[in-house]
Amino acid sequence: MIVAEQKPMEEIVALVAGHKRVLALGCGGCVTVCLSGGQREVSTLASIVRLGCRMTVEEATLERQCDAEFFDAVREQAERCDAILSLACGVGVQMAARLFPGKPVYPALNTRFMGTNDGAGQWSENCLACGDCSLGVFGAVCPVARCSKSLLNGPCGGSANGMCEVDPERIECAWQLVHDRLKALGRMDVLDAIAEPRDWSKTHSGGPRRLSREDMADLR
Amino acid sequence: MNDNACKSGSGLEKKLAAGGFAVTAELGPPKSADIDAIAKKAACLKGVVDAVNITDNQTAIVRVSSIATAKLALDMGLEPIMQMTCRDRNRLAIQADVLGAYLLGIRNMLCLTGDHQCFGNHADARYVFDLDSLQLVRMVKRMRDDKVFACGQDIRTSKKSEPKEPRMYIGAAANPFGDPFEFRAARLEKKVKAGVDFVQTQCIYDMDRFSRWMEHVRDRGLHRACKILAGVTPLKSAGMARYMRDQVAGIIVPDDYVKRMADAKDPKEEGIRICVEQIERIRQIEGVAGIHVMAIEWEEKVAEIVEKAGLRKNGE
Repeated sequence: MIVAEQKPMEEIVALVAGHKRVLALGCGGCVTVCLSGGQREVSTLASIVRLGCRMTVEEATLERQCDAEFFDAVREQAERCDAILSLACGVGVQMAARLFPGKPVYPALNTRFMGTNDGAGQWSENCLACGDCSLGVFGAVCPVARCSKSLLNGPCGGSANGMCEVDPERIECAWQLVHDRLKALGRMDVLDAIAEPRDWSKTHSGGPRRLSREDMADLR
Repeated sequence: MNDNACKSGSGLEKKLAAGGFAVTAELGPPKSADIDAIAKKAACLKGVVDAVNITDNQTAIVRVSSIATAKLALDMGLEPIMQMTCRDRNRLAIQADVLGAYLLGIRNMLCLTGDHQCFGNHADARYVFDLDSLQLVRMVKRMRDDKVFACGQDIRTSKKSEPKEPRMYIGAAANPFGDPFEFRAARLEKKVKAGVDFVQTQCIYDMDRFSRWMEHVRDRGLHRACKILAGVTPLKSAGMARYMRDQVAGIIVPDDYVKRMADAKDPKEEGIRICVEQIERIRQIEGVAGIHVMAIEWEEKVAEIVEKAGLRKNGE
């Protein structure tokens, strides 16, 4: 899922300052699951902003903010507010802005990464959306996302006791994991081959990415 | 002369190819536009060692560029080994700098991934890591031997002109002390396959582990496929020994050395003594082609170490 966390309250307050009626808009997708932008967080944040900023704060939570069709449910509510405080990821914030061209839209969250839930209040990054998945090669551990240097021919010299020198307390060495997985699978031969330089044009380096699927266009 | 001989016009290559035991040292460029600091360090090393590594924003701290310092060192009578990391440059910038460095007379290059920027003085910088060190080795080798850029195009000014390729003697680092240990020699083999001519190791304190690594290296025949220079760093104080042991990933310092440094009346002298002992032990290990002395901000001691270890360049 997309993992996000709420911005510091002072930053949120500074963003909405000066408005009289704000719509706090949650999202029922990833940010609900990672407990940062669902109905409950909307309710808590709205109360704090009401008290702290002495303004009217309306509340709503859409099924998803990354899809325009779900915004119909809050169109009237949004029109009567003079700003939207979105508790979605950065994608949802921009969809709200696209649908309400004359209205200020502010982010209440910092979108952090795509990752797994590793236990209560714990998440970690697993995918960079590089556009050319190599998990099939590397034993289903992603060195692009999980190695601090995105090495394709690791590990570097900074791997000690299974941990990465960038943060030996918190970051596992992805290459130790790749190594251990391939060993368990009896596929250490994979590591004998030199991985070629990546085609980074499939990442954001190639410009903002778009996806068009003719088959889906036909369905519409 | 073996297959790797004289591909570059490097003096280091000539010496190693002829079976000589090479000694290299390190010259860390200064953190300001201070040419005197470079000259002072260069003077300590001139005539003492076969070649000198010029570090590239070492530990991710901004310094005079390795290419500029390498050219200055060359003019000051040293043979530079220009270090190049993948942290600060993408494949365009690296290839441009390799072309430029070659024109400036630089013939040795050490290909590194580079320390993560979180360790330096610009921790909020964006990293590059377009390539890793292995891919860098292969790219520079292909520039030299196949006369092509990473994109496959010929290295020539126009379609009608002859290729004019940069011919570097290609080095890389090897770390016998990182984990997983069993993969360390295998990774060196990958560097050999990628085209590395010589490697310099991370500084060695744990001689047993280094010996075991060299066994793996010899089992794979890698000591014949590339020249292995063993890295040593003289300890200056017990504090430095503890710091290296506890804080630097990929370096193992046995407690015995920490104790010797702590007990010594003159820790600096003890550090030199330990270093000389290490070199003597390393020279007994089959497959080691030279010593790389990384005297960190202590270049003035390299001559003494080289002399005491019986490695005096001029005495050969």
